[in-house]
Formats: sequence, C-alpha cells, structure tokens
Amino acid sequence: MRDGLRRWALVWSLVGCAGLALAPWYAASDGAGPGKLQLLVPGLALLAALALRNLPLRLGRATLGLRLMVLGGGSFIYIAAQGFAIGGQPGMGLGAAVVATSLVMLFALGLAARGFFKGDAFVAGAVVVVAVLVVFFTLYPVARILLSAVQGSDGAVSGRALAERLFAAKIWRLDCLTGGRSCGVGWNTLVLALLTATTTTALGLAFALVVTRTGFKAKRLLRVLTVLPIITPPFVIGLGLILIFGRSGLVNQLMEWAFAVPPSRWIYGLPGVWLAQTLSFTPVAFLVLIGVVEGVSPSLEEASQTLRADRWQTFSRVSLPLMLPGLANAFLVGFIESIADFGNPIVLGGNFGVLSTEAFFSIVGAQLDQGRAASLGVLLLVLALGAFFVQRRVVGRKVYTAISGKGDGGRPAPLPPFVRRLAFGVALPWTMLTLSIYGMALAGGFVETWGRDYTPTLRHYAKAFSVEWGGTGIIWSGSAWRSFWTTLELASIAAPLTAALGILTAYLLVRQRFAGRAAFEFATMLSFAIPGTVIGVSYILAFNVPPIELTGTGIILIVCFVFRNMPVGLRAGVAAMSQIDGSLDEASRTLGGRSFVTLRRVILPLLRPAVVAALVYSFVRAMTTVSAVIFLVSADYDMATTYIIHRVLNGDYGVAIAYSSVLIVLMLAAIGLIQLLVGERRLRRGAPALEALPTGPIA
Amino acid sequence: MTDRRAARIELSGVTKQYGAVTAVRDVSFTIAAGSLVTLLGPSGCGKTTTLRLIAGLETVTSGRIMIGGDDVTALGATDRNVSMVFQSYALFPHMSVLDNVAYGPRVGGRSRRQAAESAREALAGVGLAELADRLPSELSGGQQQRVAIARALVLEPRVLLFDEPLSNLDARLRRQMREEIRALQQRLGITVVYVTHDQEEALGVSDRIIVMNHAVVAQEGPPRDLYESPDDVFVAGFMGETNRVKGVLWRLDERTGRLTIGGLTRTVPHRGLADGTVDVAIRPEAILIVDGQPTGGALRGTVSQAAYLGSRMEYSIASEIGELFVTSPAVDAPLAPGAPVALTLASHGITLIRP
Ligand SMILES: Nc1ncnc2c1ncn2[C@@H]1O[C@H](COP(=O)(O)OP(=O)(O)O)[C@@H](O)[C@H]1O
Ligand SMILES: [Mg+2]
Repeated sequence: MRDGLRRWALVWSLVGCAGLALAPWYAASDGAGPGKLQLLVPGLALLAALALRNLPLRLGRATLGLRLMVLGGGSFIYIAAQGFAIGGQPGMGLGAAVVATSLVMLFALGLAARGFFKGDAFVAGAVVVVAVLVVFFTLYPVARILLSAVQGSDGAVSGRALAERLFAAKIWRLDCLTGGRSCGVGWNTLVLALLTATTTTALGLAFALVVTRTGFKAKRLLRVLTVLPIITPPFVIGLGLILIFGRSGLVNQLMEWAFAVPPSRWIYGLPGVWLAQTLSFTPVAFLVLIGVVEGVSPSLEEASQTLRADRWQTFSRVSLPLMLPGLANAFLVGFIESIADFGNPIVLGGNFGVLSTEAFFSIVGAQLDQGRAASLGVLLLVLALGAFFVQRRVVGRKVYTAISGKGDGGRPAPLPPFVRRLAFGVALPWTMLTLSIYGMALAGGFVETWGRDYTPTLRHYAKAFSVEWGGTGIIWSGSAWRSFWTTLELASIAAPLTAALGILTAYLLVRQRFAGRAAFEFATMLSFAIPGTVIGVSYILAFNVPPIELTGTGIILIVCFVFRNMPVGLRAGVAAMSQIDGSLDEASRTLGGRSFVTLRRVILPLLRPAVVAALVYSFVRAMTTVSAVIFLVSADYDMATTYIIHRVLNGDYGVAIAYSSVLIVLMLAAIGLIQLLVGERRLRRGAPALEALPTGPIA
Repeated sequence: MTDRRAARIELSGVTKQYGAVTAVRDVSFTIAAGSLVTLLGPSGCGKTTTLRLIAGLETVTSGRIMIGGDDVTALGATDRNVSMVFQSYALFPHMSVLDNVAYGPRVGGRSRRQAAESAREALAGVGLAELADRLPSELSGGQQQRVAIARALVLEPRVLLFDEPLSNLDARLRRQMREEIRALQQRLGITVVYVTHDQEEALGVSDRIIVMNHAVVAQEGPPRDLYESPDDVFVAGFMGETNRVKGVLWRLDERTGRLTIGGLTRTVPHRGLADGTVDVAIRPEAILIVDGQPTGGALRGTVSQAAYLGSRMEYSIASEIGELFVTSPAVDAPLAPGAPVALTLASHGITLIRP
C-alpha cells in the first residue's frame, strides 16, 4: 500500500526523462540547443531517480526520501540557478518546464517519504507545487519591482535612488493647496481613497439597514444590483457618468439649453473619480456590511428594549457599537479598492493623476521610465499592504461575531424613525442614479454621436462586430472580434486553472496541518493584497527577460489571471470548506479513503457551489480586469478591456459602449451556462442550497 | 490485513500534546479482544483524544499503540483497520444511505456491485434495509446513528470506536440505542471502545470502565468495582453521588478493618490505609432510614429538605456526622422537613478513600 510512493517516483522520473528527451528545452524555436552543462545535471538526476526503484526495501523510506529530496531539489535549484546566472540563453521552454515540474514532484515525494505531511504524497505534492508557483509568480515579481525601485539609473543598488523616487516632489507636492498646479499623485491617491472609503461605507450601511431592518419589499432587486459591478468592466460606470455629466453630457446640455450656462468640466478630476468609485464600490461595502448588520444578535437588542431603552438608544448604544469593527472593515476594503482602482481614474481622471495611472503612463508613455514605474508601484504596494494588514487585524479580532451564544431567535429591533428615513433617503436615490448610469451606458451604444446627434443607429455595433460571408466562409470583419476571441479564449483557459488552484489551496489551508502552513497562508493571501497595477509592472520587469520570458505571449496573461484571481477561489473554498464538518474527512479516512480520494469523493461534491462561484468569478474577472492586463497585452494578444480603454482614450465612445454592453450580456450568459453545467447538488430535498457568492476587489 | 477476529488493544505510555496543552499524559491500558470498554470522564479530560489516537486520526507525541499484536503507532487511520462512529455521525450528506455504507468497500477497490451488496447486508444487520435510497438528512437521529454503525461495520474492522454515540439522541432513545450497541457487540464479538461522559451509560454498557481525569487514567476496572470501591475522591464523586465523612479505622487482618462512624461500625476492606482517622465515601442509597430504635445503634438526624422524584425520595439530613444526602425507595411514606430520623449503614456502598 505504501509502495504507491515508489510508483509515483517512477512515474515522475519517466515524465522528466521524456520531457528532457522529447520536448525543446528552450522556448525560442530557432534551433540553438542548450549546452551540455545545462542538461547533464538534471538528466543524471532523473536517471538516478529511476534507479531508486531498485533501492532495497530494507534501506527504508527515510533513505529513499532523502535521496529523492537531494536529487529533485538539488537539480531543480541547479536549473534555476544556471538560468539566472548564465546570460544570453533564450527563455526556457516546454522541456525545461516538464523537467522542472518532475524534479519538484520528486522532491515532494521525498518529503512525504521522510514523514512530512503525515507521509501523504498527494498533500506533499500539492503543497510543494503551490508553493513553487506562488514563489515564481507572486514573490519573485514583487522582489523584482522592489529591486528596480532601489536601483539607480546606472543599475547600482542605492537607498538614495529609492528615497529620491519615493519622496519625489512630483508625488508629494502640495501646490494645489496654495493655488498652484495640481497636487502630487501620492496625495491624490490618499485623499481619493479616504473619500471613497467614507462614502462607500456610509452608503453600504444605509443599504444594509434598508435590506435587513426594514420591511422593504424589493430586497432581491438590491441584491441583484450588488452583482452588477462584478460583471461590469470597471470603466463602464465612468463612461455612463461621462454621458450624463460630461462636457457634452445630458446635464450640461440641459443647463446650456435652459439657462445658457456654459458646459462645465467638473466631472473630469477628483469629483468624477470619487463619484465613479463610490458607485463602483458601494456594492462591495454593502456585501461586507450586510453580514455585519445581520450578525448583531437580535436577542441583544431585545435585551436592551426590555431594559426600557427606546429605539434610538438601542440603536446608538447597542447595535452601532457592535457594528463598529465591521464598519472599520468596510472602510478599509473601500480604501484598498480605491487605491488599486485603475479603470475609473484613467477614464475620468484627466489631469488628476493617481499612483496607478501614473505608473501606467510612465511605462507606456513617452517617459518609458521603468524605474519610476517601479517606485510608484512600490509606493502603491506599501499603501495597499499597510491597509491590508490593518484590515486583517480588525477582522481577525472578530469582535462582532459569536457575541452571544447559540440559539438566538428573536426579531431585530426596528430602526429609529430618523435613521430609517435617512437610510431610505440615501439608498433609494442612489439606486436610481446607479440604474440610470447603466441605462445610459447601454443607450449610448445605439445613438450616432452622444451630445450632438441622437439619431438611433447600429453603426457602433456594426463597426465592432460586423460579420461577412466571403468565399471561404465567415469573415470576422468587425474591429472588436480579434480582442473578443482572444479574451474569450484566455478567460476560458484561465478560469478552470484558477478555480482548481484556489480550491486546492483552500483544501490545504483548511484541512491540512503542516510545518510552514502559516507562511504558506501568508504568501497566498499576499497576492490578494497586491494592486493590479503593481502586478502589471512587476510582471513586465520579471518576465521580459530569460530565463522565464513570457511577455508578448498569451501565457503571461493566463498566469496573471490565475494568480490575480486565485485568492477569490481560495476564499470561496475556505468559506465553504469551513462549513463542512472535519469529521466527514475523518470518517472517509477511517473507511480507507486517502487524501486524494477524500478530496474527490467527499469534499469536492459538497463544494459544488464554491466551485461554481470560483469558476464564474475567475472567468468574469479575467474578462473585466484592466489594471494588470493593460501592461501585459501585446499586438498578438489584445484583450477586450484594453481595446475598449484605448477607444475611450481616443474619444471613440460609441464603439467602447457597444463593446462594453456586449461583454456584460456575454458574462451574464456565461454565468448562467456555468451554473447549468456544474449544476447544483441538493443535500436536502425541497430546499435548494443557498450559495453565498464571495466578492473581492475588482481592479 | 483484513482480520475477522477481534483485536486486543494496548496503549503503553501514550502522551499527546497540542502545543503547550497535554491532552493525554502517559496513558497505559490494555483492552481485551472482544470486550466493550468505556472511556469515562468529565468533558476535556482527554477521552476523545485517546479514541482518536487509537483510530490513527492523531499521531502520538510519545508512547506506543498496538492493535492485535501489530505496532500501529506510525500508521495512519487509513491503514489501521479500525472503524469509528463519530459523535456527529459524519454521514456524507451528498450520498444516499446505501452509498454511504458502500463508501468503504468502494474506495477499498471493490466493484460497485460487490460494494452495494455488502452495504445492503450491513444495512439489513441494523434493520434499515428499506431506507437504502434515502439521503441522510431524511432520517431520524436514531436511524442516522444506525447508518453510521452499518458504515463502520461493513469493512469488518478489528476494532470499533464510538465517540459519545448517544449524545445527540433524546433520552428515551438513548437506552434503546445503548442496548442495541451492546447486543451488536456481543453478537459480532468485536472489540469496542466507547467514549462517554455519562456514568450511568458507562455502567450499563461496559465490560470494563477506564475513568480518566486531567489527561490521565484515574482508575480502571469492572463497573461494579468502580461504583462500589472507587480509589479516590474524584472517581467516587464522578461515578455517582457520595457523602464524604470521617471515620476511624482499626485493621483486623490482611484485607479488612473495622470502621467506626459516629457510633456505627462496619467491616470494610482497609485498602492499605493506616489505622486512625480516615476519609469515607458513602453512597446515598447506603444510608438507611430506620423506624424506631434499631439494634446496634443508630445515627440521629433531622430531615432538612425532601424531594419526590417518582421512583425514590431524596433527603438532606442534618446528622451528628454532618449534612447527609440520602435516597430512599419508600415513596409511600415520605418524611417532611423537620422530622427526626434514625439512620444506619448498609453493608456495601461504603468505601475508604485514599487521601
Ligand atoms: N486539536 C486540538 N488542539 C488543541 N487542543 C486540543 C485539541 N483537541 C483537544 N484539545 C485539548 O485537549 C484536551 C482534551 O480534549 P478531548 O480529548 O477532546 O476531551 P474530552 O473528549 O474528554 O472532552 C482539552 O483540553 C482540549 O482543549
Ligand atoms: Mg469528547
């Protein structure tokens, strides 16, 4: 039974040998093979691993394990080291990837044989693979961006270069206060984030109170509204705002026509971005706060009322203080979303630059200053991680859950009339605004030129999505098709990978105890906190050069999607798996099911809703993300969102809007389809399982 | 490895630590093949941990575990041929009753047909053959319990473990299920380790009881020994209500001594205690309320509280030797608070307690 381990060692050695012999070592196809030196070590190691099959059983597992670890780990390090050390090599290719994978697996089997991970080969392999992936695709790029930020223009590492860049006057100047030019992007980012966090928290609380504490009928509608920003590309709100409040938007035209007021440009800048971000991120705050409001145990409020407190006293002295940590959490989430946001500031910012847009312009613009982009990225990273850690501490204390024991029935206290009126007075107009912006954004695709000529037309759709029948079949002549198919293809590849990696990692974190688990969790959660712009810049810095040369390929986009979105699957998996009693796993183990069997037959079937959620989210987010992707697209691999952004930057709103609408419809269809395919498993006849859809920052 | 015979279990010097917490400390005991042994103790004393160590769900920090003569200390749960019935039953909610029971044979590599066949047999064994197609959520608590037992038995384990199997059932069902488990164990002749914190349940079901306290074994023996001659205050108190009083011991021979309590004398095992003042534990039913003036002397007292419990009366009695808790089967002639009574001692239910 435990020879499974030897069998897997044999399998992986053979896979490695096959990769070495049959697949090209380098990615570049122009012949130049690797030197003998590069191949000799891994080749010998793999042959030695093959020979371990004949290792006498009496030498025991510890010996076998040690040898596997040395062979696998040693030659993996050798491959990596020579890749970084020997310049002038092309980027590594399929052969190198296969060999490296098999060596990693041999190392993991060695760990299992030596009794780590309770001797479980599957768990060992999974942990090591996830760890290696996170190191290469999250930690290494971040290390590269840090390195670039401390390197002066001559390439030498110096603290002064970093200090100069981080505290450059351009980032931190305060001219705008003294009536001069605009303020530095550092201040802009901070002020915007604080404003957005405040408004999203207040609005989110109003919505949460309306939904949970009043007899409001259209609760489902509000819940649906919260899904909208998840399936909306992040600049759609910005586009809608331009159509309403922009220079040639409805409001300005009305004012000019009625009162001869000259058109105002107030929407382009801080007010516009603030409004757009508030519209975009209020649903996220709402989702955070609805749990918080529901978490306030009704029996505490009833207790307060039986002690002769009136509604207002109950609300202000009991309910609100209990919600405080949750409000703090919502505030920090809003803060993090705001500083990571790229889509809204780039559409509406105008001269109002923030860190993310500034980093973008210093890499793609005329400046082409990677060092500056890197240091802006580092600043952004510091802010994001800082807020992230504060948030984790706030949430970690969990003051607002499980305050009173189980068995809480009781009805939540009705809101004080004043609070009730306030909540409704804020939530309802805001809902109308959101709806009209979406309506406007949809309508904008069907008129000739917004602001000048409102003749209905399908021209924009035709331009983007026209199809012709030529002699050889269908010709996709519309200008958007290319990026459309690329997006669809890459998102379809990335979604299952993302979901699998996220759920697997969740399984390891929730269900396995192993040395280094805390560090493992930290690393996987870290990628969650890194703003997309930082990922974009750091991927360019890390993967533009051998040994891992990926820029310009579709792979880099897929890798980016997988590691940007994996935490969403991870969170969905962790949340769902924590609900599954651990004794189910244990029952399976005592009945003879090993970890992989247990995962496949017991846990995965119960995780279906989480798997669906992870699939949907990774697909949708791959289609809607802008911030990281805009750095990584290439002529061959253009994405829908970046295509739209470029249309917007060119002032070509019609096509941009038409394309955005198509994306939204497509994503609704995709969500429906995935739901249908994966299906829903009922554990109780009659009552379908409610699934909680997780949300995460969309940047 | 499949071994139809029941296996003997042997723990030697087993310790389990979770960080700074020692859940089980240097525990050693042997469980004879084919017997039903209970681990009894207050919540948090380490019973579940001990059971999980036997199952292989936890690995020992130090010590050795043998099952059926094999050293299984290093083996995981999957390789021990030990089955467990979980406190929450742990039925797979997405599988039918039949699939739940067939799970073990299936993942063990048997064909779907064979697995279903043995599952049906096991279900018939617990009288649930006709519910095979239901989902666990469509069963009552007692039925779920039986499915869990069938699922554990289908692999013909050498040892069957129960963690507080009755704790999720209502009182009426509890006795019935307890008797069923006992009958099943006797019919199949398997070794059963049974965890509970309820002393009555333990007394009713076990061949032997191992009482645990604060991560160590406090006392081990047949139910009657534990109830009637507990080793120490803890076991005495945990096995049932006791009155603790002082007495004077006078050794008579190798084994017995004469115990004097407030003018009454009884001959009891001296348990190695020295002559002089000793601690005595007296079960409430071992204090008898007598009419009139009995021969051989009596204790005088006054009833201070009385309660009617249907099958018996409970009294608090203020006596010369202190406040006593006394039960009496004479529900037809209840005594009112304030009534004077004379008390004597029964011949059993009186034990010397080691300090
Ligand atoms: N996984 C664990 N991690 C840390 N401490 C534990 C764990 N499991 C049990 N303990 C501790 O070990 C002690 C014994 O627990 P347990 O065996 O469950 O007690 P019992 O079943 O007798 O109520 C308790 O103090 C408990 O807190
Ligand atoms: Mg327990």
